Amino acid sequence: MTTNVMIVGVGGQGSLLASKLLGHVVLSKGYDVKVSEVHGMSQRGGSVVTYVRFGDKVYSPVIDKGEADYIISFETLEAARYLPFLKPGGKVIVNAQEIDPMPVITGAAEYPEGLVDKMKEAGADVDAMDALGLASKAGSSKATNIVLMGRFSNYFKDITKEEWLKAIEECVPQKFLELNLKAFELGRSE
Amino acid sequence: MKELMLGNKAFARGLYEAGLSVASSYPGTPSTEVTEEAAKYDEIYCEWAPNEKVAMEVAFGASLAGKRSFCAMKHVGLNVAADPLFTISYTGVNAGMIICVADDAGMHSSQNEQDSRHYAIAAKVPMLEPSDSAEALEFAKRAYEISEEYDTPVFIKMCTRVAHSQSLVETSERVLPERKPYEKNIGKYVMMPGNAKRRHPVVEERTRKLIELAETSDLNRVEWGDKKLGIITSSTSYQYAKEVFGEGASILKLGLINPLPEKLIKDFASEVETLVVIEELDPIIENHCKALGLTVKGKDTFPLIDEFSQSLIAEKLGVEAKPACGAIEGLPVRPPVMCAGCPHRGMFYTLNKNKCTVMGDIGCYTLGAVAPLSAIDVTACMGASISSIHGFNKALGEESEGKTVAVIGDSTFMHSGMTGLANVAYNQSNSTVIILDNSITGMTGHQQNPTTGYNIKGDPAGKINLEALCRSMGFNRVRVVDPYDLKAADEAVKEELSAQEPSVIISRRPCALLKYVKHKPALIVDRDKCKSCRACMRLGCPAISFKEGKAHVDATLCVGCGVCKQLCAFDALKEQEEVNE
Repeated sequence: MTTNVMIVGVGGQGSLLASKLLGHVVLSKGYDVKVSEVHGMSQRGGSVVTYVRFGDKVYSPVIDKGEADYIISFETLEAARYLPFLKPGGKVIVNAQEIDPMPVITGAAEYPEGLVDKMKEAGADVDAMDALGLASKAGSSKATNIVLMGRFSNYFKDITKEEWLKAIEECVPQKFLELNLKAFELGRSE
Repeated sequence: MKELMLGNKAFARGLYEAGLSVASSYPGTPSTEVTEEAAKYDEIYCEWAPNEKVAMEVAFGASLAGKRSFCAMKHVGLNVAADPLFTISYTGVNAGMIICVADDAGMHSSQNEQDSRHYAIAAKVPMLEPSDSAEALEFAKRAYEISEEYDTPVFIKMCTRVAHSQSLVETSERVLPERKPYEKNIGKYVMMPGNAKRRHPVVEERTRKLIELAETSDLNRVEWGDKKLGIITSSTSYQYAKEVFGEGASILKLGLINPLPEKLIKDFASEVETLVVIEELDPIIENHCKALGLTVKGKDTFPLIDEFSQSLIAEKLGVEAKPACGAIEGLPVRPPVMCAGCPHRGMFYTLNKNKCTVMGDIGCYTLGAVAPLSAIDVTACMGASISSIHGFNKALGEESEGKTVAVIGDSTFMHSGMTGLANVAYNQSNSTVIILDNSITGMTGHQQNPTTGYNIKGDPAGKINLEALCRSMGFNRVRVVDPYDLKAADEAVKEELSAQEPSVIISRRPCALLKYVKHKPALIVDRDKCKSCRACMRLGCPAISFKEGKAHVDATLCVGCGVCKQLCAFDALKEQEEVNE
């Protein structure tokens, strides 16, 4: 049995740290793990996706349509974009932030309305949260990634809170540790 | 203990453990991190070379000297290094030499989708292809053994999904092989016709022996499962096939993909009912099977285009698709864009405003082609901007000289812009070349280059002065402009286009993402003053959008560059300091 987690967002939002943390924590549980990242041009403000897969034996490094158990999204439109990758009834944890893509900025398109409802209609179990606000409350908007991982930890029960906290300590530079631990707590408890 | 490691990092670890001494590369996605990670080991000399041809020749020199060597490049970089490749195949090596080439099926960050296996075949150089991080580490060691035993450089071919995926590896200690003394051997190393004629049969004999290796080596292995379906595959396609079929098919997994085995493939084919080759891009294994007289499914079933995935393989081989959540229609796309505060933006705005024809080049600034700036007409390959503006202007003369420019980044200029500029200087076209100097190799993730003054480890290094270089080539008109200053940029472009001799504009400001670049606070929109004229929107800055009919600055993205402020006729965009006053 393989668990498939997609972490999606806009290039530069910090999805690499989120996938690093998740990869680290599931490895410590003895799972086989694969994490697939995007580097290069797509990082420049484009739509980015990271795949994290773990289980007894993982072959493909990517998650395909209908395979994701969870989509963790840094941005609303990006959650909606990757919805066909989600299993029916799968979980979407989405930071309710809206970042206009260039076609919206230039006026060629409009930012779609009611995306959370549309995702629910399409068969997803959606938890929309103000992760950015909570991160700012923790001390920095840059900790949005850890807030989202905190929320994910509520749903994915195979890993204890202590294991998460230990993984954060091992993955985050010392000077940002307190901030990130606080962000994790806020994401988890709110 | 098993570690989760990026494919490229595992590759670097394998190089380290195998005793790599000298590495020289030019960055290129998805190959860059191999050399970056190797540079973290103090025992390895690593460098960024100006381009891939130089890098390969450096690695060759080090191999000749008797130390294990390495160079890395992306698929298109191998085009640049093709010249040394074909002849180093003839000379062979002294100590082991590995060439990493990383393909980008799906073009995540590339201008074409070429299949590098053609080079291995054409240059008659063996090629290994790992399918995950553990193999990337292991194959690095095996490649050095093959290189030294068979007296040949050896390719290791990566692809985006192996290079940029993390999977589990086990590391071990570094073993430094004894240095092989350099011995003068004109017949082997001086490739003039007489000697090359004697070397070519050696190459053909080497390939024959490598085919024998391919027949028996455990680099190629059979995983028996259900024999109704037999799959021949390699690299990430192997992972997809295993994901779909598990034990439900038999798989011949190839790790040595040039030269290909003959008997091994025939024997495998004879055991299975239906034979399928699963390979991304071109039908190389498939054509080999067909040449062996086998009936095989390949590109009649699978595409020649784009990367594969498990669902693609399932679909093409008749496995039922998994149920999924429905797609939401009508979502706007989110293409990559130049970052907020990108210094290139001011220059592209200026070029757009002056209705210039722009010969582009390879780098972040290729994104200058995206609306609303739409300020690039052509992008082909590294250095082509300068060479092609020369041809364009020679063809059209005055008709184009006054409105056509070439744009090229600092690193790309060092890579292969200098020779094009020499041509402009020598054959005297009235061309205007703009070097977009953001003081780093940006697109690939901030690598140093010969103009930055630092080496791969971040230590001080030689620094080429672009102004002095251009002047010494014979350009009288060389000027530096700050692209954040729109007025100065506009003046520079207008004046150099109207000048009656070739000129160089150096548009200089460091990449806004560099750690040492200090950002100002985000700008603030005075909603009362904003007249909704959308002048600021013409910059295509991702930090500026329209909310409720007025300009809006996203404070999480804005770095306070102030370029938009210069476009606002109503003083609606304010710096933090102005608001505080």
